[in-house]
Amino acid sequence: MSEDMFEDDEYQGDIKKFMYVNRKAPYGTIYALESLEVVLIGAAFDQDVSLVFMDDGVYQLKKGQDTKATEMKNFSPTYRALEMYDVEKLYVSQDSMNERGLTEEDLIVPVELKSADQLAELMEQQDVILSF
Amino acid sequence: MILHTINKSPFEKPTLESCLKHCKPGSSILLIEDGIYAALKNTKYSHLVTDALSEHRFYVLEPDLNARGVQDQLIDGIGKVSYEGFVDLTVEHDTVSAWL
Repeated sequence: MSEDMFEDDEYQGDIKKFMYVNRKAPYGTIYALESLEVVLIGAAFDQDVSLVFMDDGVYQLKKGQDTKATEMKNFSPTYRALEMYDVEKLYVSQDSMNERGLTEEDLIVPVELKSADQLAELMEQQDVILSF
Repeated sequence: MILHTINKSPFEKPTLESCLKHCKPGSSILLIEDGIYAALKNTKYSHLVTDALSEHRFYVLEPDLNARGVQDQLIDGIGKVSYEGFVDLTVEHDTVSAWL
């Protein structure tokens, strides 16, 4: 990106739509944490960001994560900090929630539940899709 | 008797399903890491465990269950074990088969 795209630290260039698709459960593999870190770093570039949680990715947002005994960091509170980075579009697959017996009350942040068709539509609108 | 350990979610891989096809009655199955998601009620895959409970002993590694925040959804009849309990289970069995 050239320097004149930033004036007084405000991004002046075209804004692209970025979608991050999260499909993996937290802790068992590093994908969930890595994805969140990419979102936070990418947030510095002032683009139009959406996060999608589907399949086991919905478990990343599950309330009540207590990681004390595993000596791993509980990173679920970070999802609540996303709005401070202007990342507010959190979409969750209704089908994935149903398959897991979960409801919105089980989640740590407010989200928008979407059908598969709605998610497909959203995906078509993106400039960049990153899947974890 | 074998202690089988499963570390992947039933939604991600059919490992538990495969394991159960190859388990003699009386085997023990310990769910660890993402494998704990198979131990939960009201999911698409709960039946894998509930159908097998009469033939096998099921355990879940408690730290992994708690880390994922799903401790309230555990199927009845599954034992929770600590890391020490995990060690005890391995000692009590002839062999450990760690399915990956």
